[in-house]
Amino acid sequence: MHNKTLAQISQDLQAGEYSSVEVTQHFLDRIKNLDGQYNSFITVTDELALTQAKAADELRAAGNANEWTGVPMAHKDIFCTDGVRTSCGSKMLDKFIAPYDSTVADNFNKVGAVSLGKTNMDEFAMGSSSESSFYGAVKNPWSEEHVPGGSSGGSAAAVAARLAPGITATDTGGSIRQPASFCGVTGIKPTYGRVSRFGMISYASSLDQGGPIARTAEDAAMMLNVMAGFDKKDSTSIERDVPDYRADLNKSMKGMTIGLPKEYFSKDLDPVMAQTIQDAIKEYEKMGATLKEISLPNTNLCVPAYYVIAPSECSANLSRMDGVRFGHRCEDPKDIEDLFKRSRSEGFGDEVQRRIMLGSYALSAGFYDAYYKKAQQVRRLIKNDFVAAFNDVDVIMSPVAPSPAFKFGEKSKDPVSMYLEDIYTLSTNLAGLPGMSIPAGMINDLPVGLQLIGNYFDESRLLNCAHQFQNATDWHTKTPTGLK
Amino acid sequence: MSLDTNQVLAIADLARLQIDEKSITDFQTNLSNVLDLVDQLQAVDTNGVEPMAHPMDAVQRLRADVVTEVNQREKFQKIAPSTADGHYLVPKVVE
Repeated sequence: MHNKTLAQISQDLQAGEYSSVEVTQHFLDRIKNLDGQYNSFITVTDELALTQAKAADELRAAGNANEWTGVPMAHKDIFCTDGVRTSCGSKMLDKFIAPYDSTVADNFNKVGAVSLGKTNMDEFAMGSSSESSFYGAVKNPWSEEHVPGGSSGGSAAAVAARLAPGITATDTGGSIRQPASFCGVTGIKPTYGRVSRFGMISYASSLDQGGPIARTAEDAAMMLNVMAGFDKKDSTSIERDVPDYRADLNKSMKGMTIGLPKEYFSKDLDPVMAQTIQDAIKEYEKMGATLKEISLPNTNLCVPAYYVIAPSECSANLSRMDGVRFGHRCEDPKDIEDLFKRSRSEGFGDEVQRRIMLGSYALSAGFYDAYYKKAQQVRRLIKNDFVAAFNDVDVIMSPVAPSPAFKFGEKSKDPVSMYLEDIYTLSTNLAGLPGMSIPAGMINDLPVGLQLIGNYFDESRLLNCAHQFQNATDWHTKTPTGLK
Repeated sequence: MSLDTNQVLAIADLARLQIDEKSITDFQTNLSNVLDLVDQLQAVDTNGVEPMAHPMDAVQRLRADVVTEVNQREKFQKIAPSTADGHYLVPKVVE
């Protein structure tokens, strides 16, 4: 049952092959029996899930079901879920029971999906390896020595280990695409403003975007149909109709032009990775697409611009964690300053503290123009590169990351080396474009993702490209060795 | 650019963080390395480039000035570290 896709489970439930309670119990049992190895969940909401499943079965019996009624899924622990702990992977929020639902969680509740629980992640989504969680590192189901990527490492690992067919995630600089690549699953980061950020704990507000991780493009489309839409509670949400993301899945690739940024395929790219990605892109040529070299001249500025903008915004966003209204509070504060400082230093891990400090520095008196304003100007240059490129091509393809999954501890000691991990993914967040990762090959028995970047609001085209690739190849069906 | 110990402590103070003696050097090294990385921006000519705050250059929407929130004080205060009579409690600020 766990090897079925979301779409198959949805069909089976509609056909009465099994009940929602049965399929929900099956996944809960798998999580209980297997997640000790992966640590992909922070909280499993078994009772709530079974209550939702029972209600779904009753709804179906009464003839009031839709395609989502009773379908099990899970949420990254960054989405607030009313009455359920929402920790964001941090000691700061270890006892935080969210008093409301994020719009994304609410959307899944409204269609009658069943939430199995909340998945593990880098603390406050700041990381590329899922090693910085207060609840311990997540293991990659493909190899226990390797990281699952981050920050949505729990979501990607749990989908790869068949602990849930689809899980929500978020992406600020690659946090959906890079773990999807490392764990051999499919993930899409939509256009900025497409999925509501309301109740999604903010890291860097001008870059954060929610999206799904699943095993197939079809499943990702099915989830995005629920997640996307205008929300007046998110002031940066875009007022624009949402298409049915499955409508274009079967469109032909004939006549499509794929842009290959020469800066992404430079001599610095590992030759084995370059070959793997080129082999994947050849599949598109076989399907009738044409390739075109393009240039994104400001690519080298993505990492520096990101590491001004993201920490600056995080320092402002995380100022609300002060030990007063919610979250961790230190013992016996001697005065208000002591309360703020000790609560924050005890509640936040090292990487979060580093980014808050960087941001506080960049935004401090006299430095704003040199850092934040400058980075926002560079950000426009980066966006302009893409706008120009999309005059000539329909979609851009590249590696997701410079390498397959790296080993635990390999980069966590040196933040800058970890930051460079996101070199191919940061640009789409800075430009606000949609990006996707699909399984496209293996290197040293570890999965490798192909990145697809689309024009603004062109999620349907990305999902179409991904679906066509998955019709032609079987990389997305590969299962981690030894998986029970 | 390289930060000295006093700068690190001043930034920690701005960020309302209390970093312990033995991790000052770590923060100093790591923050300085990141600042070196971002200093590449300074060489870019951005004359006349409008800073970009939203990819679609969207502006804040306005809404009618009417109450939309319902009072949920009890629910919100249930998760607070310390409250009394509907107030959040903190150490004494004013003598």
